[in-house]
Amino acid sequence: MSVVGPRLQPTIFEQSRPGRGVARVAHPPKDALARIPADQLRSAPPGLPELSEPDLVRHYVNLSQLNYAVDAGFYPLGSCTMKWNPKINEWAARLPGFAGLHPMAPDETAQGTLQLLWELEQWLAEISGMRAVTLQPAAGAHGELAGILMVRAYHLARGDADRTEVLVPDSAHGTNPATAAMAGYTTVNIPSRPDGAVDIDAFRAALGPRTAAIMITNPSTLGLFESRIGDLIEAVHAAGALAYMDGANLNAILGRFKPGEAGFDVMHINTHKTFSTPHGGGGPGAGPVGVGERLVPFLPSPRVLREPDGTFRLERTGERPTSIGRLRTFVGSTGVLVRAYAYLCSHGAAGLAEVSDDAVLAANYLKHRLAESGAYDIPFARHCMHEFIASAATLRRATGVRTLDVAKRLLDKGFHAPTVYFPLTVEEGMLIEPTETESIETLDAFADALIEIAREAHDHPELVTEAPHGAPVRRLDEAGAARQPDLRARPTAPIDTPCPD
Amino acid sequence: MSYGPHTPADRERMLSAIGVASVDELFADIPAGLRASRLNLPDAEPELSLATRLEAMAGRNRTDLASFLGAGVYRHYSPALVDQLLLRGEWYTAYTPYQPEVSQGTLQSIYEYQSLMAELTGLDVVSASHYDGGAATAEAALMACRATRRERVLVSRAVHPQYREVLRTYFAGLQLDEIPLVAQGPAAGTTDLVALERLLAEADRPVAGVVIAQPDFFGLLEPMAEAGRLAHAAGALLVAVVEPVSLAVLAPPGAYGADIAAGEGQPLGIPPQYGGPYLGLIACTTALIRQIPGRLVGQTRDLDGQRAFVMTLQAREQHIRREKAASNICTNQALLALAASIWLAALGPHGLRDVAATGAARATELEGALAAVGAPRVHAGAYLNEFAVRVPNARAVHRRLLDRGVLAGLALADALPDEPALSDALLVCATELTTPEQITRFATELASATGGAA
Repeated sequence: MSVVGPRLQPTIFEQSRPGRGVARVAHPPKDALARIPADQLRSAPPGLPELSEPDLVRHYVNLSQLNYAVDAGFYPLGSCTMKWNPKINEWAARLPGFAGLHPMAPDETAQGTLQLLWELEQWLAEISGMRAVTLQPAAGAHGELAGILMVRAYHLARGDADRTEVLVPDSAHGTNPATAAMAGYTTVNIPSRPDGAVDIDAFRAALGPRTAAIMITNPSTLGLFESRIGDLIEAVHAAGALAYMDGANLNAILGRFKPGEAGFDVMHINTHKTFSTPHGGGGPGAGPVGVGERLVPFLPSPRVLREPDGTFRLERTGERPTSIGRLRTFVGSTGVLVRAYAYLCSHGAAGLAEVSDDAVLAANYLKHRLAESGAYDIPFARHCMHEFIASAATLRRATGVRTLDVAKRLLDKGFHAPTVYFPLTVEEGMLIEPTETESIETLDAFADALIEIAREAHDHPELVTEAPHGAPVRRLDEAGAARQPDLRARPTAPIDTPCPD
Repeated sequence: MSYGPHTPADRERMLSAIGVASVDELFADIPAGLRASRLNLPDAEPELSLATRLEAMAGRNRTDLASFLGAGVYRHYSPALVDQLLLRGEWYTAYTPYQPEVSQGTLQSIYEYQSLMAELTGLDVVSASHYDGGAATAEAALMACRATRRERVLVSRAVHPQYREVLRTYFAGLQLDEIPLVAQGPAAGTTDLVALERLLAEADRPVAGVVIAQPDFFGLLEPMAEAGRLAHAAGALLVAVVEPVSLAVLAPPGAYGADIAAGEGQPLGIPPQYGGPYLGLIACTTALIRQIPGRLVGQTRDLDGQRAFVMTLQAREQHIRREKAASNICTNQALLALAASIWLAALGPHGLRDVAATGAARATELEGALAAVGAPRVHAGAYLNEFAVRVPNARAVHRRLLDRGVLAGLALADALPDEPALSDALLVCATELTTPEQITRFATELASATGGAA
């Protein structure tokens, strides 16, 4: 935060003054647009803001300081893997040869990037145990769509048109059922066991001739590895269906479990989780998808191909008619993939295994600290993977303080909150994911803060229920925002017409 | 190398606190039969050698060419301040603003982005961003289906061929028909409105939306207002696929009756990066607010009455509505929306107009220079800064020019193998980065490659 305290900013429109601003580009000839019919032209210029460079830079610097970020502190947001974003990755993506390359540039002018993408596919195939990988999807949910469309193409190619259902546990990320619906399937929600864990037997019972696929997150959204996953996959295949793995939790299992080897047919990988590409305030991400042998023919196009002479090229339009087609323009979010490649190379095989070992170790240590304190419920006593569930259910009954309040109070103590009320199957749940890049001192400080908040809940509950106190703003009127949506500012000053040149 | 902080002593302390002898015990839930085979991957690479190798790889890409390639991705000047601000960790290492009290920077920047795009498009509701122009166009078409409760969309064959491919992928279970183009005369290369009217009138096949690009894939200006009238008369929505820099000077979608605008935000100062990350734009009229997919940020107040910003109308989204959501989208392109906002604010209204008009002026020069060496335009209609030229053996000529340091746009035979009439054409563009020297060089090399008059 700024040394003189956080400062809310007027909008950029409120700071605009006609006539301010810097000429960045020379004025064109006055008749530049004379050949364009008048009825195709804009009658008034868009009301963009006009600011001096110092005012503009200060606006965005001051705004940035209202954000919490990994560069500023601990961000234990469960299922999001907010690990350190290595700085060399940013440098690499900005190399002019990578950043300046046009996506329709001829293959012979793009050999550096094509080689990088091809090698990245090999790395990800080895890590996931899959036969082949597409780098095209722009995010995890986009990868899910690619995966489920491939499942659909597979069944249809076999003349198996009666499979209309996708089975999803009720603890799944919301993207799973939404993806199945987008691909034209009916979602069958499989209720969790009373303790919130995935009910493998209920899954098996729901399988049948209408099942196209199951979608399952492993480790689960409770941070637990599904020990019976092998049996389930076997049952899925026996029913003629395919098994999709949501790879959101891959950070727990690098070098320990390869989904492809275990029988999963398709999975997506979130590079912005496991492979350190920064989350950017909500995006961009990238969602490469790995597939087993049966789905290779259906991979999105274009694939990156290596020729016998060692050169690389993109598959041409229509070259592989079995493909499900394109999910977006061009080969993928290459700038994100360059960062993921740099991350993988800097770790190597041993480093990647160490990532998961340390992520799981840190999560278990933090879970142990909280369990030992008795301040919160820890619904699953067994060892967790890279994240775990804590709950304020008992605390709420004793003090009235809810998980939401605990989350807000953590902000006062200098930490980002965990993911709260997800999965929906746990009462007053907090999903805590420390990642492998936080020191034991940070983990201890976070545990101490959570324990102190529980104490405050007993002694001074209003301190917690009215939190945050030290953030740039207090709690917001979210209902009011939805009741009367105000989604845009209006320019406050008229724009000079025409251009003052 | 590892970015982790743990010393052997730290690990020992954690293991003993947990009460296990080794980290292997923590993985006991993975049954023996499912444990991974050894990771067969290279060893870790120290930062210096990795940096050296990445530089060499980047250096193998040819970004030194005099490039006239656009086709949906356009290079523009980016003021130095833009990337310096984007490198602030408070922006790029934050996540989705789930805790709004400590995310006001991201939230206000998205609100401002929505406002800037509303100004450019003339439409009041703007999503916080989508993956790219292709996916945004597909989402816009699906949105038209939800809004009209119809399942058929018409897309012009002058929409970018890759956007049409994405539409086909997303429309696997719905109906998608293509609108042919005018073959000859002054309107050649634009959407055939007579054919559109016929398609709209087909019995028992009601149309949800009509998707037309402005400018179209060939750089031509389309009769958007007339297309909109035809669509609306049939109860369908008009989806305009727009290029945002052009909106500095061209009539905005809101002015010609578009219900939804979709497009690629990359031209707003985002580097080409061989395909992304880019910025998918979706804007719509207020009437369609409940149907727009993706995040929205709205203004509100905190408990003390201070103005603040928050994600809103989330009942449309997957984490609340699950299988009934408007889309499965979760991650968006917030950092790219920020980049576009800073770029637009750095240029201002006059700077943006200068960029768009300079591109048009350079394109006029390019047209003259190419025509003078025997490469006339293919189409007669008005264009902004991109157009197709007729060059015999276009593919081979394109190849030959590459050897001489000129990237002669796009050989349309490669992008549109199903348009034989364009097999001898190149699609070329100019922006403010195109220099008169590059134009002269292109014309000279083209003349020598084709034997045309210099």
